Amino acid sequence: MIRNEDNWLLRVRDLTKIYGEPNENTLALTGPQFNSNQCPETDSIVACAGISFDLFPGEVLGIVGESGSGKSTVVRLLYFDMEKSAGEAMLRPYQDGQVNILDESNQKKRFIRNHLMGMVYQNPRDGLNFRFTSGGNIAEKLIMAGNLHVAQIRSRASRLLEKTEVPVQRMDDRPASFSGGMQQRVQISKAIANNPPLLFLDEVTTGLDVSVQARVLDLIRELQQDLGIAMIVVSHDLSVIRMLTDRTIVMKNGRIVESGLTDQILQDPQHAYSQLLVSSLL
Amino acid sequence: MVENRKFVNKYNFAFIDEATKKEIRRKLLKAIAIPGYQVPYSSPEMPIARGWGTGGLHVTLAIIGPDDVFKIIDQGSDASVNACNLREFVQHMTQVKTTYDTGEATIIQTRHRITEEELKEGQIFVYQVPQPEPLRGVERYENRTRQMHGEADYAKMWVSLYESFVQHGDIMLGAGYPVMVDKRYIMAPSPIPKWDVPNLNQSKALHLFGAGREKRLYAVPPHTIVEPLEFEDVKFHPENFKGIPCYKTGYKKAFLDELYFDDGTQHYVVNDSNFLDKLLEKAAPVQHHNKYLNPSGS
Repeated sequence: MIRNEDNWLLRVRDLTKIYGEPNENTLALTGPQFNSNQCPETDSIVACAGISFDLFPGEVLGIVGESGSGKSTVVRLLYFDMEKSAGEAMLRPYQDGQVNILDESNQKKRFIRNHLMGMVYQNPRDGLNFRFTSGGNIAEKLIMAGNLHVAQIRSRASRLLEKTEVPVQRMDDRPASFSGGMQQRVQISKAIANNPPLLFLDEVTTGLDVSVQARVLDLIRELQQDLGIAMIVVSHDLSVIRMLTDRTIVMKNGRIVESGLTDQILQDPQHAYSQLLVSSLL
Repeated sequence: MVENRKFVNKYNFAFIDEATKKEIRRKLLKAIAIPGYQVPYSSPEMPIARGWGTGGLHVTLAIIGPDDVFKIIDQGSDASVNACNLREFVQHMTQVKTTYDTGEATIIQTRHRITEEELKEGQIFVYQVPQPEPLRGVERYENRTRQMHGEADYAKMWVSLYESFVQHGDIMLGAGYPVMVDKRYIMAPSPIPKWDVPNLNQSKALHLFGAGREKRLYAVPPHTIVEPLEFEDVKFHPENFKGIPCYKTGYKKAFLDELYFDDGTQHYVVNDSNFLDKLLEKAAPVQHHNKYLNPSGS
């Protein structure tokens, strides 16, 4: 795949989310150099600020950082779960990347979400509707993309569940009766139901036991290789980042402190915080 | 002595004061302009409790004039308690002519049925609606359902139909089957049986819906496309009476009531009382045309 400057899939520029009422000094008084994301003058919280990066087709980008560093905020802003305070994001398959998707109407955002993106949350309850069966959850995504043929929906859903190694005979059971790992795999099936070019993974393996973690990670890597989906993987777990990602962004206090090739960051971290992060690997 | 005429009548014509009637009419106009859209309205106090037909009564009293001919049915019957009492009230407050004859009426108020006889141009059909929100079953918050209607975000509704099919082998919705109005809004047609739902499509009459307790009005103007929600391969179908005839008339193509006689035997009878009377008098009433009633398309 050719990766030149203009071949990007997702371009994010100056993405910012601030809670509360900031003043003109807020951005200057927060960040890693102050070791705080709370503005001392206004008490507003800078969840993330000045986030800029490009993601290329088929590439896997990692975002690491301690909890509260704003890494989840970034993907949730991009998946329209939250409203941005400032910044822009362009998605190449949507109007050739000419428009800021974060400024679109709710209806268009939903179109983008259903056709061009998928999201896997840390907690399956955020991504799945536990009142619907697992098949119904996948059907929701397919219906949102305009498929109203039950037989087609069911065959697609069973193929997805097969791919993610969920027993197909449990398709008409509710995810509430599944184990955590299975719920996570149903969530992944739902996220990739419409073959989106872009997938967000927010702490997908946190809270799963190690053997299940390994299988979920295997699955994600397989999907990435088979389908060539570009992914943004958010994790505080460096081994997940090492296993899945090509490039990594290190965040602290809502800012990017370092970015580069994953191997490079893990072998030779430049920023003091990255060094701390790598050295605290068990 | 000069007689004080102002207080001769205890109540304004049609009970509700003119300003409030005007407000209801204005909301009705809005509802007709946006078919299937639920318009909030004042739902003033009535001498019956909200939830007992106040919505339908508001609509009827707001639009009725001295020349109207009024008919009211409850579950197809002119003679059941709800219908009798409301008929008496409307007649008392307006002195309009009342009738049982579907063809003669200009305003027909109903609870849970559409008349079996075809409706004509100029007739107004008024529904008493208990729950105007078709999405209530899948989303409990009003602000969310309003947003879903605004953005035509109906995936959850469709998933609930899918789930129903998966778990029961059919879409297990009986009365109040959700419909898509004018290819835009999903609407609750009030708890009419599935049998009646196709009769809303391209109807010649104006259909007005009033939900008094929930304070919502909505409408289906004449000649509007009304489609029951169905999948490409799992279709909507009305109640199937398996060719059982009405025990009084032998008629097969009408919505039937199940009766048990004292000896325990089961019988079926045409539910619409006026239609039944006309059949018994050999009056040959004209029925609605829809593709389920006349599969050949005639």
